[in-house]
Amino acid sequence: MKKFTTALTAGVLAIAPIAAMAAGHGDSDDPIVIPIHNWSSQIVMSNVVGQILEEAGNNVEYVTTDSQAVYESVRLGDVTLELEVWEGAFGASFRAALEKGGIVDVGDHNAVTREDWWYPMWTKDACPGLPSWEALNDCAALFATPETGDKGRYLDGPVDWLKHGQERVAALDMNFVVVNAGSAAALWAEIGAAEADKRPVVVFNWTPNFAEAVWPGEFVEFPAWEDGCDKDPAVGPNPDALYDCGNPATGYLKKAAWDGMEEKWPNAYGILENISFTNPQIAEMAKLVDIDELEPEDAAAEWLEANEDVWKTWLN
Amino acid sequence: MASVTTNNTVPKVWSRQQLAAGFAITAVVVTIIQYSGLLPAWLHRLPEEWIPPFAPWLDAFFNFVKDDLGLLVVTRFLTEQLQVLLDTTANLLFGKRRWPNLGPIPWSAIAAVAAVAGYYLGGWRLALLAGGTFVWTALIGQWKIAMETMSVLVVAAPLAFVIGLLLGIAAWKSPAFNRVIKPVLSVLQTLPFFTYLLPAVIFFKVGPTAGAVATIVYAIPPMILMTTLGLQRVSPEVIEAGKMSGCSRWQMLRHVYVPAARTEILVGVNQVIMLCLAMVVLTAFIGMPGLGAKLLAMMGSFKLGRSFEIGVTIVLLAVTLDRLSKAWVVKLPEHFERGTPWWVRHKYLVLGLAAFVGFTILAIFVEWFGEIGRKQTWSKGKEMDTAIKTFLALDGVQAVTGSIRYVLNVWVLNPFRDFLLSIPTSAFIMFIVAFALAMASKKAAVLAAVFFGLVAFSGWWDRSVITLYSVLSAVAIAILLGLPIGVFAARSERWSRRVLLACDTAQTFPSFIYLIPAIMLFGITATSVVMSILIFAMVPLVRYTVEGLRNVPPEMTEAADMSGATKMQKLVNVQLPLALPTMAVGFNQAIMFAFFMVIIAAFIGTQDLGQELQRTLAGTDLGKNFVLGICVSLMALTCDMVIMEWARQKKAALGLD
Repeated sequence: MKKFTTALTAGVLAIAPIAAMAAGHGDSDDPIVIPIHNWSSQIVMSNVVGQILEEAGNNVEYVTTDSQAVYESVRLGDVTLELEVWEGAFGASFRAALEKGGIVDVGDHNAVTREDWWYPMWTKDACPGLPSWEALNDCAALFATPETGDKGRYLDGPVDWLKHGQERVAALDMNFVVVNAGSAAALWAEIGAAEADKRPVVVFNWTPNFAEAVWPGEFVEFPAWEDGCDKDPAVGPNPDALYDCGNPATGYLKKAAWDGMEEKWPNAYGILENISFTNPQIAEMAKLVDIDELEPEDAAAEWLEANEDVWKTWLN
Repeated sequence: MASVTTNNTVPKVWSRQQLAAGFAITAVVVTIIQYSGLLPAWLHRLPEEWIPPFAPWLDAFFNFVKDDLGLLVVTRFLTEQLQVLLDTTANLLFGKRRWPNLGPIPWSAIAAVAAVAGYYLGGWRLALLAGGTFVWTALIGQWKIAMETMSVLVVAAPLAFVIGLLLGIAAWKSPAFNRVIKPVLSVLQTLPFFTYLLPAVIFFKVGPTAGAVATIVYAIPPMILMTTLGLQRVSPEVIEAGKMSGCSRWQMLRHVYVPAARTEILVGVNQVIMLCLAMVVLTAFIGMPGLGAKLLAMMGSFKLGRSFEIGVTIVLLAVTLDRLSKAWVVKLPEHFERGTPWWVRHKYLVLGLAAFVGFTILAIFVEWFGEIGRKQTWSKGKEMDTAIKTFLALDGVQAVTGSIRYVLNVWVLNPFRDFLLSIPTSAFIMFIVAFALAMASKKAAVLAAVFFGLVAFSGWWDRSVITLYSVLSAVAIAILLGLPIGVFAARSERWSRRVLLACDTAQTFPSFIYLIPAIMLFGITATSVVMSILIFAMVPLVRYTVEGLRNVPPEMTEAADMSGATKMQKLVNVQLPLALPTMAVGFNQAIMFAFFMVIIAAFIGTQDLGQELQRTLAGTDLGKNFVLGICVSLMALTCDMVIMEWARQKKAALGLD
């Protein structure tokens, strides 16, 4: 805590002139409410942005919320902003909220996101042809479990993430059975159990994510994504089926805000527009918490201290 | 619904058992016809177009109440009041920047006061437990998050107590109100918690306010029931004494009824505290900060050791508050000689205040007593993770779990599920009716038919059957394991105590933590689901078996001894039959716990109602959420009704109670 306070004091002193200016611009004294979800990079990023805004003279508060339900809360103004809108995971909820109104798109981060079939590195020892999907299909028997018989098992994300694993297996005529995990924690538990005896597994995973640091691994290379692969059967290798491509390898990572934010906290809104994190920066934040075991607020203070040149430019 | 009509037309001369057999045989015949492919489709599964659109209707109703009747305005106003209360405790306990801007209270001061309270209520042992719990929390580096949780609980628990007490008194005063509230409470007690969460968010804003409201709603029912029960039991002599001293109605209530019902009311308080703690992790889904949120974050990044430590903190807090409140139940009011000075009469209050002030001042000079940073903690999270990994890497472990998984999944669970799903809906309902008739009464059978009929018409039949299958499988295995443990433990006082303590721990340990080891041992399969339910469902089974066996009247066991029965004969012919009604209550609770846990097991990966409920949390599907919740509730209510009625009849027949 001590370190954090010192960092904060130093930061406040350095920013004092800007803060004075900010007060002149008339940001509201009400706290800006930043949502916290249950994965490390997002928690640290929220704390980083919160501390930046605090140094700019705003009051900030954090609230833990569900990562899908948060868009409804942003619309109502209960939550002011959202820092990680993943194209794949939350694109649908975000677009639905945009249509209903009350939420605005505040631009993309530099970082890109990818979500697809993934395997930890030890899997490659048993199936050397990876990451090609055809090679994976030839090794299917390696991934069999007592319940799936001769077919391999692919562990997909929870059903409500709508990842279309089932459709892809059918479209590409793969020798796999799709099983849905109930939560992210369930995915990690399966990988963790497989790690013990280096059993081959193929699961749903995404980047940026803490798992990359714990278990090095790779995405399976499916036929590359083409626009319309999810709408037009003609697109992709199988002319009669949808979802016969991999997911986009460079999905967006957006920022979103309540549409009343610009008026109520114009200065903070300006900063939010400037904010843009890169993939390595996000990985670094996650590492501070997941590997170095810092508390999120300390990790954020540490990151801010080490990366002053990055975030100082966002302030004007 | 056909079953209800036939029920009414049957001549009255048939006995209940004959009727039950009739229904069972018809059900078997219908199932056989279905297998031979001759059954009309509508008897197998209700056609889609017959299913009324309950969810949109409910949505329209909720929207009407919310917007047109202005309920949202009212609840948002209440939210602001609640927010003020929560901000105050948040400031005092963990220093949130709000009025009165005094906090945070040093951890050492809180620990000292807890120890004094423990000593006052139960001597050195409780002092050690209460003080030790808070010292542990501080040393392990969880002080702030534990206080975030406590800041909500210290508001929610007293509010639940006051509201519960008032409603309980109202239910006792007015039989009409009692009749209305009883079924509502039964439904509330069986409704899955996910169904409380969504409305709480919509009406009370995501965050601690919604968390507090969901906790209060969840904790109230036993408070109401215990208050009413206590007031009804007040003996006529006491009431007469009150009347003779000329009490007004208010004085009667304040000085006669409530003090006389003190024990039951305090048991209600104990229940409120335990249920509040049970909600700590669950409310984290709707933005309640603290231990629950941290636990979910830790589980999301696969830190088993640290999640386990948070679980231990929650258990310690629960056990402390449970023991303190139970000690308060049995503590009799002290009386002092006239003229005893104030500070002698209230010596513990003085001592507590002195300790509080002392440590607060100490904390100003010695930082360690005020705040313990993370660097000074004793957390062993990483070491525990390594231990778990080493354990899993042992050859024997994976071989054993692998074969259990294979046998259970491939030969037992999956075939059982497929069998249940293959039974036509109509035959399934007839089986349930037969079961209710054989076990309980005609009235119960009619209600069971109505309840399961509603489930069929909800359009979620297959998922409901899968839910029921998980519950039944887990409870069946729980009986196989739990009964022998209970019978063994009941043989000696010492083992009973040990096993009951283990039960308390297993029950308060956040159920989410069971999920990860289950998956690591048995994969994402039905076996994991059943195993995680099993741990939870075994608790009441063991507890009530121990209690049932130990409370067999001694003259009965003596009679058995005198007639020269062997230990085994005594157990099978005397003790078990007499303990059976009590054990049935445990069996019933096991089913209720299983219905609770099966919803949580959705986080492993299931295809039941829990999975759909979990999905609705992400959106605003209030109507669907409610329909799913009611399905779970109706199935649980049916089991509850039948088993409790059976236990009541058995008890009456045995002349117990």
